[in-house]
Amino acid sequence: MAESISNNNIKPLTQWVNLQQPLSFDAYCQAGGYQGAKVALEHSPNDVLDIVKNSGLKGRGGAGFPTGMKWSFVPMFEDGDENAPDNKYLVANADEMEPGTFKDRLLLEGAPHQLVEAMIIAAYTIGANKGYIFLRGEYHLAAKRLQQAIDEAYQNNWLGEKIQGSSYTMDLYVHCSAGRYICGEETALINALEGKRATPRAKPPFPQVSGLFGKPTIVNNVETLCNLPHILKNGIEWFQAIAPNSDAGSKIYGACGRVKKPGLWELPMGPTLREVLYDYAGGMQEGLQFRGLLPGGASTDFLVEEHLDTPMDFDSIAKVGSRLGTGGLIVLDDKNCPVGMVLNLMRFFAQESCGWCTPCRDGTPWAVEVLNRIEQGQGKIQDLDTLAKLCDFMWIGKTHCALAPGAVEPLRSALKYFHDDFLQHIEHGCCHYNLSMTPKRMKVSQASISPLSVKAGQ
Amino acid sequence: METIDTTTIDYQHYLSATEIAAIEHEASIMETREAAGIEALKVVQEHRGWISDESLFAISDLLAIPIAQLEGVATFYNLIYRQPVGEHVIHLCDSIACHLTGLDSVLAAIKQHLNIEYGQTTADGKFTLLSNACLGSCDKAPAMMIGTEHYQYLSPESAVDILQKLAVKGEVNG
Repeated sequence: MAESISNNNIKPLTQWVNLQQPLSFDAYCQAGGYQGAKVALEHSPNDVLDIVKNSGLKGRGGAGFPTGMKWSFVPMFEDGDENAPDNKYLVANADEMEPGTFKDRLLLEGAPHQLVEAMIIAAYTIGANKGYIFLRGEYHLAAKRLQQAIDEAYQNNWLGEKIQGSSYTMDLYVHCSAGRYICGEETALINALEGKRATPRAKPPFPQVSGLFGKPTIVNNVETLCNLPHILKNGIEWFQAIAPNSDAGSKIYGACGRVKKPGLWELPMGPTLREVLYDYAGGMQEGLQFRGLLPGGASTDFLVEEHLDTPMDFDSIAKVGSRLGTGGLIVLDDKNCPVGMVLNLMRFFAQESCGWCTPCRDGTPWAVEVLNRIEQGQGKIQDLDTLAKLCDFMWIGKTHCALAPGAVEPLRSALKYFHDDFLQHIEHGCCHYNLSMTPKRMKVSQASISPLSVKAGQ
Repeated sequence: METIDTTTIDYQHYLSATEIAAIEHEASIMETREAAGIEALKVVQEHRGWISDESLFAISDLLAIPIAQLEGVATFYNLIYRQPVGEHVIHLCDSIACHLTGLDSVLAAIKQHLNIEYGQTTADGKFTLLSNACLGSCDKAPAMMIGTEHYQYLSPESAVDILQKLAVKGEVNG
């Protein structure tokens, strides 16, 4: 117990975060910055790859794929090898647009030098001489601060030709996107960077082999990358000791919705949902009861009261039927309608669907139409079957990318955990959470309030 | 109906020297000229407020991007406007965190104050109202973005207050 309390004070990712005025180059160096990159440049790329592999770092963008393994698919060449591509690329995925997710913003605005240092380490390891920060267009402050950090890094020879006397050369640029959720999907992001319409690509070929401009490319999430300077500086054992479970390191957890203290907290991997919800987010606001939550952004399955003691690590959350995702809780209270919540989420996915494949392009608006009908009190009992079928039509393996399956996750779990709410909307012809609506089928509904479960069996 | 002769829109006659310089700078850091397409759209929109058909043809000419491909890019993004917009474009966040914390009442107040719906511009040309898919202000919801400014913890009153100040002075104090 004492150990877990002391571990709670280890906050490698956010220790240098200052949202008012991020650390300048000099201040960042004084605090211990660029030491991880220094260690990296003293090792061979292959050695650094081994360090990252053995550290157990997993991607923090949502999928949780081991970072070192992802990098290891990048082909490496000896100097002078005629088969070597003329370049490889590293891209930081800073297109943070998952509803309920705002963790990367903290790192981008509060500690821009940390990301620059991290990208030097990653690019050096995979042999990339060019990096892009793919930043969502709405993060204007982050764009300004990142450019400032990049300029300072060039001035101090941490970017550009022969970095710190080594033979390694790297250029880094910020690309500001123009607002589209699908750009967070790595192959769509690559198309966007090439100036094309940002639809995801078919895989294979995987970007590690043929990505940006047809060259080997690694796309990593901002939070994932920001772990690197600390792993290089402090070592594998230190990194693994932070977390009390099989996952290594710390993670930025968040909470939003009507909780007392919405926000972000860097914690060792694996606090329980209950700890984040009650100890850090302060529990529900006065007069509200907890109904359920999405554990890691809009595209994760609902979890409810019975799951609150689940640790927020990749495996544990998966075991109870959801995904850790981005680790940002979206909390539903008892005065907000679950059907309305799923409708809002589905509208988002329908709007942001790139339109490439039919299940997603047609399925998400169809689900919106049905959900809207139910929410407006016009739903029929058959609509629940339609929704269940749509969940099947849009599931993994039937779509071009993960967007539609992501849209299915909150819907299918809502149908499971908030089934009675869906039934009540249909039975009573109204939304009971919307006080301006009056039940349209009151005469029927008075008789049907208790036999709801009977109706459910039809 | 007026048609546009695509062959006559020469970028040198249409785009300003400043616009061309900014676009060429973007093209210089990418491996291909077509990769600067999205940046070029943003540069021209910055100067002209929106992307007209003429602007699209001129960029197509400058960067040698097929017009259909550039149109495909322009219409793909939420922050590229292919129709004229008002002086201030309001991007009201309609994501789930804002929905759970009172978006509906803020939206109703803004619509009533400006007397417009989503996608419309006020008669005086001051404001255009659009939604935005999650501004990343989920812990400070509800939120909206106008220009490069983000406004958070909105209430119906504070949102209207911000719009009133913008209408009068063009900026919000503090």
